[in-house]
Order: sequence, then C-alpha cells, then structure tokens
Amino acid sequence: MRAGHRTIIFAVLLALVLAGACRSDSAGDTVLRFWAMGREGEVVTELVRDFERTRPGIRVVVQQLPWSAAHEKLLTAFAGGTTPDVAQLGNTWIAELAALKTLEPLDRYVAASSVVQAGDYFPGIWETNRIDGFLYGVPWYVDTRLVFYRRDLLRRAGFSEPPTSWNDWRRMLAAVAADAAPGRHAILLPLNEVEPLLALALQQEEPLLRDGGRHGNFRSAGFRRALSFYREMFERDWAPLVAQVAIANVWHAFGHGDFVFYVSGPWNIGELKRRLPAAQQETWMTAPLPGPEGPGASIAGGSSLVLFRTSRHRAGAWQLIEFLSQPAVQRRFHALTGDLPPRRAAWSDRGPADDVHARAFREQLERVKPMPQVPEWERIATEVRHVAERAVRGGLSVDQAVAELDRRADRILEKRRWLLARRNE
Amino acid sequence: MTARGAAWLFVAPALLVVGVFFFVPVLAGFALSLTDFDLYALADLGNLRLVGLRNYARLLTTPLFWQALGNTLYFVVAGVPLSIAVSLGTALLLHSRLVRFRAFFRTALFTPVVTTLVAVAVIWRYLFDTRYGWLNYALGALGAPPVDWLGDPRWAMPAIIVFAVWKSFGYNMIILLAGLQSIPAELYEAARIDGASACRQFRHITLPMLTPVGVMVSILTIAGYFQLFAEPYVMTQGGPLQSTVSVLYFMYEEGFKWWNLGAASAVAVMLFILIFALTVVQLCLVRWQSAA
Repeated sequence: MRAGHRTIIFAVLLALVLAGACRSDSAGDTVLRFWAMGREGEVVTELVRDFERTRPGIRVVVQQLPWSAAHEKLLTAFAGGTTPDVAQLGNTWIAELAALKTLEPLDRYVAASSVVQAGDYFPGIWETNRIDGFLYGVPWYVDTRLVFYRRDLLRRAGFSEPPTSWNDWRRMLAAVAADAAPGRHAILLPLNEVEPLLALALQQEEPLLRDGGRHGNFRSAGFRRALSFYREMFERDWAPLVAQVAIANVWHAFGHGDFVFYVSGPWNIGELKRRLPAAQQETWMTAPLPGPEGPGASIAGGSSLVLFRTSRHRAGAWQLIEFLSQPAVQRRFHALTGDLPPRRAAWSDRGPADDVHARAFREQLERVKPMPQVPEWERIATEVRHVAERAVRGGLSVDQAVAELDRRADRILEKRRWLLARRNE
Repeated sequence: MTARGAAWLFVAPALLVVGVFFFVPVLAGFALSLTDFDLYALADLGNLRLVGLRNYARLLTTPLFWQALGNTLYFVVAGVPLSIAVSLGTALLLHSRLVRFRAFFRTALFTPVVTTLVAVAVIWRYLFDTRYGWLNYALGALGAPPVDWLGDPRWAMPAIIVFAVWKSFGYNMIILLAGLQSIPAELYEAARIDGASACRQFRHITLPMLTPVGVMVSILTIAGYFQLFAEPYVMTQGGPLQSTVSVLYFMYEEGFKWWNLGAASAVAVMLFILIFALTVVQLCLVRWQSAA
C-alpha cells in the first residue's frame, strides 16, 4: 500500500536524473530533447537518424514515455521546469498545456514554412491545435473511429453495402441480431471506451459544451439523441455489456463472428491483417461512421508535435517538426506504425491510399470534428464514460444521465467560469 | 545548565527532524487543502483562491468520495479480520510443536511480504483470469460456474481482498509468533495440571496474553488497510463501475491525474482524521477493557 508512494517518488527521481543526463553534452552540438510516446516513440528514433544526417550539428535525444504515464510526466516536468524542446502530444491535451502557457505559438513558424501548409491538412484535425486563435501544434498522425464489419455475415443477413445512416444501421443490427447464435452479438462497443459514444455525439449540431466552454450541454437534444441510440444498442442486446479487458482476444472473436460490427480505430487495420488467417482477409472491411441522416462525423483524435516555450533551441526543434511533416517522411512513418497521416499530400500515391482497408479512413478524415478545447475536457470525458456505463447497465435513464452529466460538467468547469469572468472585468 | 535544558538539547536534533519532515509537510498539506490549487494555479499563482472549507464541503457532496469511502470500509471490515485470522492461524501452526521444518515454513509464509507488489499482481491477474485462471479452474472442478473476478463489480473487491491478505498476512504472523513465544510455558503446564482442554487453554491463556501484541497488530493493520492504493492501481484501475476506487486511489486521481492538489489535500486530511479517530477509539477500548 505504501509502495504506491515509493513508486511515484522513484519515477519522479528517475525522470529528473534522465532529464539531467540528456542535457549534459560535451560536444558543441545542439542537443534537442524530444519526448515521444508508446509505439511512436520506438519507431521515431529511426526517422530521427535521417534528420541528423541532413543537419550536422544537431543531435536528437528521443525520450520514450509510456502512454499511461505521459500525462503525469508532462505536468510534473512543467512543475519542475524540465520540459523538453519538442514533444508528441495527444491532441486532447493541447488545451491543458496551452493554459499552462508552456507551449510556443506556431503561427509565425507555419506562415514562413514551405513544408507545413495548413490547407493540405484535414480541417478537423488542424482545428484541434488551435486554441483561442493561436496554433500550438502541428498534427503528426490522426486517429479516428469508424466501423469495422464482417462483409460475409452482413451479406448473409441480406445487406450488400455497409450502413450510411443510423436508420440503415438499426435495420442491419436488428437483422443480424435476430438470427445470431446464443452468445453472439451484432456489435461490439467496449464499455471502457467512451470514444464511440463521443463520436455519435459529435455528429450532432449542438456542441458538447455551451457558452464558450462554461457549461455542459449534455441536456441538448443532440446529445440525448446520441446517448439514446447508444443505450438502445445495449438495451436490445445488439451489443454485449462487456469491457475490452473481458474479451481475451478481440480479433479472434471478430474472426469467429462473435460480433459483426466493431467501432474502433486505425490501429486495428494492422492487427486484423496480422492476426486473422489469410483465408479470412476477404471477409472484413471498414466503413465510415454512419450519421443520423447519412455519412456522419467522427472524432479528430491523434497526436501533434509541439514546441516548448522554455526551449533554447526552438529553431532546430522546428526543423525537426518540419522534417517529420514532409509527405515522404509521413508515408514512411505510416509504413512503420500504421498511423494515418494528417495531410492529403501524404495520401496521394504509394501511401496508405493503396490499402483498401484504409480508404474508409481517408473518407472519414474529411469529416472529423475536434472535441471541446478546454483543459477540463479529459476529466469531463471520463465522467461521460462513467455515467454512460451506468446508463447502459440500466441504473440511469437517458434523462437522469444527461442531467447528471451537466451537473458534473458544470462543477468541473466552475474554476474556468471564474477565470473567464475575471478576465472580462 | 540545568538538567531540563540538557534534556531539551539532547532531544533537539530528533525534534528538528520530526518537525521538518513531519509537522511542516502536514501543516503545508492542511494549508493546501484550504485553497483551490490546480492546473490554473500552477500556471499562475494569481489564479489561486482561498476557499476555506469549501473543498471539504464539496467532497461531502461528491458521490464518488462516499463510494470510495464505502469501498475502503468494505476492504477494511472484511480484510483486517481475515488477515489477522490468517496470521494468527499460521502463527499458531508455526508455534505448534508438531510442525517440522519450522524455519522453512516461516520463511516461505513470509515471502509474499517481501515480493514486489506490481510483479505479483501480474501473476494474480492470471490466477483471476475468467477463462484461463486457476481460481476458476478450481471452481469449475467443484462444479461452480466461472466468476469474472476483476470484471464484475460484485467480485472485484473480494478479489482485491484475497490478494491483499495473501500479500500482507506474513508480516503480522511474525509479530504474533514472537508474541506466542513470549508466553511463559509454566502457564500452560499449570493449566494442563488443572485439566484444561486445548480450547480452554487457547481462550484463557493464549488470547489474554496475546492482547497487547494483538492490539498493536490490529492498529497497524487497520491504518495500513485504510491506505489501500497499489492493489487497485495495478489490478483494476478502480474499475469495474468504480467498485475498487479506494479513498487513496481517489486522492491520487484528484491530485496527480487531474492536478487538483487542493481537493486532493482535503482528501488526505480527511483520511488522516479518520484513521486517527479510529486509533484513539481502539486505544480507549483497550484501556476500558483492561480497567474493567
């Protein structure tokens, strides 16, 4: 029980030691400290070597952070004044770090750049980096949610094309569920992921927060519609009441036909290719997310590259960001990770567009929308997950759930309201 | 210099250390709990507000705090007696003259205490696995249906309790064993001459003689069990349906995940008061009983 504290202290000390170690450099080279997370952190070292070759005098030290600890580490680094020069940042964290005034606004850099061209990026994903009129990041890769489905099983139920609207989807879910064997379901929506629900909510006209992010807007007709549809899928037993961890091998279950639809992200293209046998590769496909009245929006997730204000090597760090934003480098990055590029030029030829399973993503990316850009959003999203789980497990009605969400969101946003009111005085 | 002055001089270094490393942090923590120190205040101290006791009032109206308190009490009420019973049972077995290889068993039963929690938690997660875990395998052999140990809100806390008891009983076992060994053998001899059965010997000699050690063990165990954190952190992350969120886990999320250090400090102060009050109650009970 006390080991928890010790682990945290140890982690902090280790981070300090590592950060200190990177700065001491005997040669006269400029040393850029680059923090990257998870799988991206592993493969980016390979790309960075090419960067160093073309820019003598610059050395890049890549620091890999696990995703689960990255958020805490960034805040701890800020509190301790040990932020890196450049970092990969989940784009829902940008508002938070921008509020700390630790990120360098990039508008000047982009205006002068021949590589990073705002117009070439998918608009929804570019917008996630713009807070209160300033640009704080350059999109590195995109993550969104759409539908993975079993073509063969859908055809057997009498449908040759995937759904484009909610009503189509309802009909197909009902038909598939009607003759599903016991223990099998029409769709998988893991309860520990809030993204499918948020994607349905982003398709609505009403924003998730109102009055410039001062209050929750969950009682709006739009969010009610999204939550009702989400809840309906569990209520009618189209979707099983399970969390991801409860399914030992989700790809195997998909191949086995335990569910026909699965709302998930781009990483599963690679996983399904690797894990399903060759004979089954023809049976699955991806489709854009159906919307209330036709093809709908989805989440603009993913990571951006940011510069830190305290960095003494911002010019060199920007060169690194430009290098990683080149379409050719992005195509290589895609080949290494399966991450989807955020700019159209990288999709043109010999890139991800050649992959039939990625094409639906290309289409979806033109219709992605950012989450509300307030520092408190991550916490509000967690509350959405908890309340939604309670709603689908039958504890709360839609009316109760949306009222509860507004109550919790308003409470979390109290300080923000105070700050905004003070600023306007 | 008077004797009194000399005495103060001698304890001064210890007092200084206790003051700097205990009282100052505790007071600073309490002061922090009266503010709304958060991410915005971290950016600019001008955004800090003195909120008085509002953090506390807010906590008392936060359903998750009450749930965390309930979960923690569940863990303490079920876990502490179970843990002490297992410790006492194993201590009695080790103390028994019938046991061979005593040193080996003593070490073996103590091993879980010195293992790394995170490492053994991984192994226990395998044991608890719904499909491939040995626990469900054993249940299946008895004809019982499988239990989703870490995924079912009703079973997650019992699973955490089993793991925590396994991990910690060895420590109390050693203390209780020392207590047993310090009971004079003559008492048992006299009892045997009087014709007392093994059961009555246990009730009228072992238990009363073990009381001082028992009180200490229960105070330490209760204080320790109230600080439940690492087990849910590595096994369930507070889930499913927040059924394994403990007070300390709640505090960790408030403080280090959401960076609301003011509110997190308020949780810490509340937990401190709770443990302190319980300890006082226990000591009073013991004093009252020994006086009676």
